[in-house]
Amino acid sequence: MEASHDAHAHDDHHHAPSGIGRYFTTTNHKDIGSMYMWFSLIMFFVGGFMALVIRAELFQPGIQIVNPDVFNQLTTIHALVMIFGAVMPAFVGYANWQIPLMVGASDMAFARVNNWSFWLMPPAAALLVGSFLVPGGAAGSGWTLYPPLSIQGGISVDMTILAVHIMGASSIMGSINIITTILNMRAPGMTLMRMPMFVWTWLITAYLLIAVMPVLAGAVTMLLTDRHFGTHFFNAAGGGDPTMFMHIFWFFGHPEVYIMILPAFGIISHIIPTFARKPLFGYASMVYATASIALLSFIVWGHHMFTVGMPAAGNLFFMYATMLIAVPTGVKVFNWIATLWKGSITFETPMLFAIGFVSLFTIGGFSGLVLAVTPVDITLHNTYYVVAHFHYVLFSGAIFSIMGGAYYWLPKWTGHMYDETLGKVHFWLTAISFNITFFPQHFLGLAGMPRRIPDYAPQFTEFNQISSIGAFLLGFSQLLFLYVVIKCIRGGVKAEAKAWEGAEGLEWTVPSPAPYHTFETPPAFH
Amino acid sequence: MKKLRVIAGALAATLPALALAGYDVNIPAPKTPISTQIYGLHMEILWVCLAIFVVVFGVMFYSLFAHRKSKGAVAANFHENHMVEVIWTLIPFVILAVIAFPATRTVLSMKDASNPDMTIKVTAYQWKWQYDYLNDGVKIYATLSTPREQIGSPEEHGKVSNEHYLLETDNNVVVPVGKKIRLLITANDVIHGWYVPQLGVNQYGIPGFIKDTWFQANEPGIFRGQCSQICGKEHGYMPIVVEAKSPEDYAAWVKEQKAKQAEAAQPADKVSLADTAAR
Repeated sequence: MEASHDAHAHDDHHHAPSGIGRYFTTTNHKDIGSMYMWFSLIMFFVGGFMALVIRAELFQPGIQIVNPDVFNQLTTIHALVMIFGAVMPAFVGYANWQIPLMVGASDMAFARVNNWSFWLMPPAAALLVGSFLVPGGAAGSGWTLYPPLSIQGGISVDMTILAVHIMGASSIMGSINIITTILNMRAPGMTLMRMPMFVWTWLITAYLLIAVMPVLAGAVTMLLTDRHFGTHFFNAAGGGDPTMFMHIFWFFGHPEVYIMILPAFGIISHIIPTFARKPLFGYASMVYATASIALLSFIVWGHHMFTVGMPAAGNLFFMYATMLIAVPTGVKVFNWIATLWKGSITFETPMLFAIGFVSLFTIGGFSGLVLAVTPVDITLHNTYYVVAHFHYVLFSGAIFSIMGGAYYWLPKWTGHMYDETLGKVHFWLTAISFNITFFPQHFLGLAGMPRRIPDYAPQFTEFNQISSIGAFLLGFSQLLFLYVVIKCIRGGVKAEAKAWEGAEGLEWTVPSPAPYHTFETPPAFH
Repeated sequence: MKKLRVIAGALAATLPALALAGYDVNIPAPKTPISTQIYGLHMEILWVCLAIFVVVFGVMFYSLFAHRKSKGAVAANFHENHMVEVIWTLIPFVILAVIAFPATRTVLSMKDASNPDMTIKVTAYQWKWQYDYLNDGVKIYATLSTPREQIGSPEEHGKVSNEHYLLETDNNVVVPVGKKIRLLITANDVIHGWYVPQLGVNQYGIPGFIKDTWFQANEPGIFRGQCSQICGKEHGYMPIVVEAKSPEDYAAWVKEQKAKQAEAAQPADKVSLADTAAR
C-alpha cells in the first residue's frame, strides 16, 4: 500500500453529508454498527414494554388489562421483536463495529450493501409493530406462525410475513458481507486459526444465517400463498400437511437459536481472558466446539416437535442428537472456567456480566438437557418450563453478553470510561430481578401451567406474582443501562487506547474513541 | 453488603415457607406407568444436573475467590492441556448415555399404543373437546364449566373463589381404572394439544391427521389438564378433566350416558311420528 494513495482515499470521505443525512447515506462500518445498536436498544424497550403488559395481565387470575386476543398478539409480537429486532441486530451491530477493528480491515467488504442491510430493518420493524393498528390487531398465532391458526389471521399476518421476509433479506446480505470481510480482509499474518474468537463465532453464525434464512422465507411464502392464492401446502383437505410447516419452520428455528448465542460465546471469550489477565484456554477446541454446535443445529429440529406424534425412531433420533449438543457446549463452559483458573481476576461490569452469563446460561443449558429427553419433554412441552428455559438462554445468555460487550467496548466506541458504580448497580439489579422473574417459571411449568394463556388456575397464582414483580424490576432496571450509555457518550474519564489492562487484540491498538477511519493500511499482526 | 445480606436472608426464609405452604414445585404426582417413569427420569436428570452444577461452579467460584487480583493473584499463562480437554469431552458422553438408556425404554413403551382395552377418539375444536368412545358407543362434548362472570375484573366479581377455576368441564372424560386406553387424537380446525400431566400425555391434535397415544390410570381419581398448543382467543379456556373410576362405576356411567343419548334422540322421533299421524 502506497501512502499517497491512501491519503487521497482518506480525503474523499470527508465530503460525506453531515447531520441526519450522514446516517441515511453512510457506508462507514462504525456509523452502521452504532445505528444497528440503537435500533436494537429501541426494539428491546418496545419488546420489553409488551412483556410488561403480559406480566401485568398475569399478575393474578382473571382478565384485567388486555383481552385474550390482544394477549396472544402481545406474546407473538414480543417474541418476534425481541428475536429479529433486538438480539439479532445487536449482534450485527457488534459485527460491524468489531470485525473490521479486530481483523485489521479498513471497513466491511461491501460498504453500500451494509447501509442497505441496516435501512431494511426500520421498515420491517414498522410493519411488525404497526400491525397492532390494523383491523383485527396483530398476528396472534405465536411467533412460530403455525398454520392453520395463522391462516385464520387478518392482514396483520401478511404484514408479519413481509416483515420476516425483509429482515431475512437484511440478515442474508449482512452475512455475505461478514463472511467476505473475514475471509478476504484480515491483516497479513492473521491466519484463520489465529483470528479473535468473536470473529470465528460470527463467521460460523453467518454461514448458519445464509443456510436457514431462505428456509424460513420459503415457509412463510407457502403460508402466504395458502392464505391468498389457493394453494394447500399446509391444508390436509387439499393434500397438504400442517406438520410440514413445523418441520420447515424448526429446520430454520433451531439453527436460529444458535445464531443468537454463538456471537455471545464470542463476546464472552474476549471478556473473560481480559479480566482474568490470562489467554483464552483451549482456543482450538473453542473453534471446533463452535463449529460442532453449528453442524449439530441442523439435525435437532425435531425436539421442538416431540408432541406431534413422530414415530418412536424419530423421537429417539432427535433426543440423542439434541443431547449431543451438551458435549461441545460443556467444552466451552469448561474452557471459560479453565481460563479463570489461576488468573488474576478483577470484577469490572463486563466481567460481572460474563460470569453471570456463564452461570445462568448454564442453568438454561441444564433445563435444555431436561427438555431434550423426550418423555420428560412430553410433560413440559409448551409449559412455562420452556418459557423459563429459553429466557435463561436468551436473556441471561444472549442479552447478558450484549450488555457485557457494550460495557467492554464502550470505552473504544465513545472514548470515555462508563460509570463503573452505575454499571455494577445495573448488573446486580438485572441479575437478581432476572432470576426473580424467570426462576419461578420452572415451577409453574413443572406444575403444568401452559404457556400463552392469559388466565390461569388459582394454584399458579403465587409464582406468577413473584414473576411479575421481578419482571417490572427487570424492565425498569434497563433504563439505568440507557442512562449509563448516554452518560458515557456525553463524557467521562478519558479512555486509553488499551482501555483494559488485560485486553488483547488489534482493536486496542487504535486510539479511543476509534477514529472514523481505521486501518487504512493493514496493521502488523503478530 | 448489609442490604444484600438482608435480602438473602429474606429469600432464605421465604423458600422453605413456600415449600411448606404446599405450592407445586415439581411435576404433579404421577398416576400412570408412563408418567411414573417420566417423573423418575426428571428426578434423575435433575440430580445429575445439580451434581454437575455444584462441581463445575464450585470450581468456578473457588477460582473467582482464590484468584482475585485484589488478593495479589498473579496470572499464570497456560492456555491448553490436551489431556484435560479430551477427558472433559469424554465424560459428558458417559453421563448422557446414563440418561439416554432409561429414556429410550420409556420412549418405546410410550409410543406402543397397540393392544388397548378400549379406544377413545378425541376431536379438538375451537374451543371444546369431543370424545367418541369407539367401543361403548358413547359420545360427549366437554367445554369449560367455570361461569363466565368469574372471569374478568376481580373488582367487579370478587376474588376467584372457585377451587377448580378454569380446570373444570361440563362433561368429564370417564375412564375405567387399570385398563389400557388408546386415544386417537385429531382436530377439526387448528392444532390443539391434549395435555394431562398426571397421565403423562401431551399430544397434538392435527387437523386432517389422526395421532395415537395411550394411558392407563393406576387408581381412581380426577386428573386435570388443558389445551397445550395455542389455538386462538380461547386457548386458555379449554380444559380437560379425566375421571378414572372402577370398571363397575365406569359401566354404570356408560349406561347412564346411553340412556341420556337415547332420551335426547327420542323427542325428535316422537314429533315426526305425531306429525305423520296428524296428516
